[in-house]
Amino acid sequence: MTDRESAPLVTLTDAARHFGPVRALDGVSLSVHPGDCIGLVGHNGAGKSTLVNLINGGLAPSSGEIAFDAGASALEAGVRSVFQELSLCPNLTVAENLRISHSGLKGPGWRRPARAEIARSLDTIFPGHGIDPDAEVDTLSIAERQMVEIAIGFAPRGTEARLVILDEPTSSLDAGIADQLLSHVRRYCSEGGAVIFISHMLGEVFEVATRIIVLKDGKAVAERAAGGFTRQGLVDAMGHVTADTPETAEAARDFGAEVVRTDQGLTAREGEVVGLSGLAGHGQAVALARLYLSRTSSWHAGRRPEVVFVAGDRQRDGILPLWSILRNITVSILPQGARRGLVDRAAETRVAQDWKARIGIRTEDVTNPVLSLSGGNQQKVLFARALASPAPVVIMDDPMRGVDVGTKQDVYAMIRAEAARGRTFLWYSTETEEVCQCDRVFVFRNHEISAELTGAEITEERILEASFEMQEAS
Amino acid sequence: MSLLSKPWLWSWVAAAVAFSLTLGLTSGRGAGELAYAALSFGAFAAIVGLGQMLVITLGPGNVDLSIPATMTLSATLALKAMGSDPNTAMLGLVIALAVGLGAGLANYALIFLLRLPPIIATLAASLVYQSLAIWSNRGLRIKPPEGLADFSTGRFLGLPNVAWVGLVLAIVVWVVLERSVWGRWLLATGQDLRVARLAGVPVELVRATTYTSVAVFASLAGYLLASFSGGAALNMGQEYLLMSIAVVVIGGTSIAGGYSNVPGVWGAALFMFLVVSMLNSYGAGAGVRNVLTGTIIIAIVIAASTRRART
Repeated sequence: MTDRESAPLVTLTDAARHFGPVRALDGVSLSVHPGDCIGLVGHNGAGKSTLVNLINGGLAPSSGEIAFDAGASALEAGVRSVFQELSLCPNLTVAENLRISHSGLKGPGWRRPARAEIARSLDTIFPGHGIDPDAEVDTLSIAERQMVEIAIGFAPRGTEARLVILDEPTSSLDAGIADQLLSHVRRYCSEGGAVIFISHMLGEVFEVATRIIVLKDGKAVAERAAGGFTRQGLVDAMGHVTADTPETAEAARDFGAEVVRTDQGLTAREGEVVGLSGLAGHGQAVALARLYLSRTSSWHAGRRPEVVFVAGDRQRDGILPLWSILRNITVSILPQGARRGLVDRAAETRVAQDWKARIGIRTEDVTNPVLSLSGGNQQKVLFARALASPAPVVIMDDPMRGVDVGTKQDVYAMIRAEAARGRTFLWYSTETEEVCQCDRVFVFRNHEISAELTGAEITEERILEASFEMQEAS
Repeated sequence: MSLLSKPWLWSWVAAAVAFSLTLGLTSGRGAGELAYAALSFGAFAAIVGLGQMLVITLGPGNVDLSIPATMTLSATLALKAMGSDPNTAMLGLVIALAVGLGAGLANYALIFLLRLPPIIATLAASLVYQSLAIWSNRGLRIKPPEGLADFSTGRFLGLPNVAWVGLVLAIVVWVVLERSVWGRWLLATGQDLRVARLAGVPVELVRATTYTSVAVFASLAGYLLASFSGGAALNMGQEYLLMSIAVVVIGGTSIAGGYSNVPGVWGAALFMFLVVSMLNSYGAGAGVRNVLTGTIIIAIVIAASTRRART
């Protein structure tokens, strides 16, 4: 190891960041060396995103210090971030999006080197990705956008990426693509690059991280080499007691009448949790959106809605950014409590307070702006919005993106309880683990249902089998 | 939230400054008259501004450019029906509002059925409304019935009657926006149509009622303005095209949609009258007056928006 390699790329000394009375980060010390792959885990609102923003220069620390080995700023030091909130410009092409963070590309004909650079980066990380550098971003699926964003993060962009921060990079990727990313991260680190890897999927963290740091309430509560943690130890350190979910022993429950049937062949019965699986972008989200739109109207909203929708792409489909948490929760149940067209504000506040407590939205006051919440907590708001509604059918479009392990368990339990009371759930997820909890699973391939699995048939193996074309004759 | 961060504050501060600068010239004489005139003329701008505010709240690209033509058409048809006969004021009002309702539904039909951008749809429709007004009016200037003329130029408790109408309407709009289900739906739709639709908001119903409301507000303003000024004229609505948009923007409503501001519309309506009378009393010519009015509007919008960005 040369001197340059062993010197830390970035050193944080007791760095803190406060937002008014909220101590988002409460004094964290950390140094990142070349070749490190640091796994950063913690609850929603534990301070992960804030820490990332301090390192990449997006926020200035309220106190404490951040030092880089090369240059004064994160940019000069070669720090790159890939965010969980997708930050591409949807109206530009893939290559043009690279240009935004690559000021070296200028003059006439800059698109050609831009295309070459992004294509090279995509080919390295995701061989066989099939993304056209000239495609406009809004024509890409959410998984493809995430891939582009990761590729931009690793692209040299005139200098060299030395520390890449990946914030929930795999939450919208299916297993195959996620594996490609993980092996790229390992390769990159072995070549002397550094990565900070944030994920709620602990398996992935164990797979790539050399060192794991656990954040809790803005403090680093544990830091060890990855081998020093067990999975359970990590969950305990995060401070959430996972109640061992009793495996759904009651094998074949009785379901009620069929409440959903689409011409694609998607069906669901009263009280059933139906999973949609398959590779990302194979028509699951489209099928759910079409089902939702066909069962609701743009012209009237009655007191008895038939279906509600939980968005996974929360910026595009879920959050109303100008509003408070309270208004975001209650927007779907306004007609229920209304008297003579006026909103019952007392009842509305009760509902919001109730759900804040039940689903654990981390905020002092539900009248705070919804954007003051971390990504995972915004997702909880969307859950509360749907579950607070009396609609008998709940449609969920990959709703667990960025939600921490503990909350996931709580939400699973909530879904089970609601299903037992006769509600029907249609649940698309990119995580096979989640799909395996469903009563019945439809696997999608090329916008068609390729398999319907029930009971004991629902295994990761069977799902993967149905996701891929088995006879690769073509 | 501190007082300074309220976006409606700026239009009221601007109105107060223009008011005191004008009075500075006369060393305070005529304050009552100036305020009275501002309230009278400001009322018309406020009424159309409230309607335009609802449409602009629907989000980018939503605007009603047919306001002047709707005002002219409804005033023309109402005055023609009344024919200066006494005790026909109610008939005239009903006709004016019905014309507004029809114009609003027609505007929305163009937008919804033909998928035209609202700017094109309302601009094209306004040519039709204006032509209808010319065709039915044929150059006649019919006086409003005496009782109606007296009402629209009269006062109650020291304030002009038209200002009372504008005030009551502002309160109604405020309650609807802040307290009613429909108001919530409008604000949600304006933030993001797709998100609102997926949250179960009947977005097309909201858009239809909004485009209808703005036309009804415009027809009410047209009816009152024609009664106020002694008859309908074919160019009576002209200045309210820019005016309706200016009072919304100066009043602190977000051009990006999803955020309305009712008090700001009234402040801005007063300001738009006061700034012209201020420049008049300082002896500015028509050209200078227009340039300065434009500059001042830009300055206020910048002041209000930078203040908001910092909060």
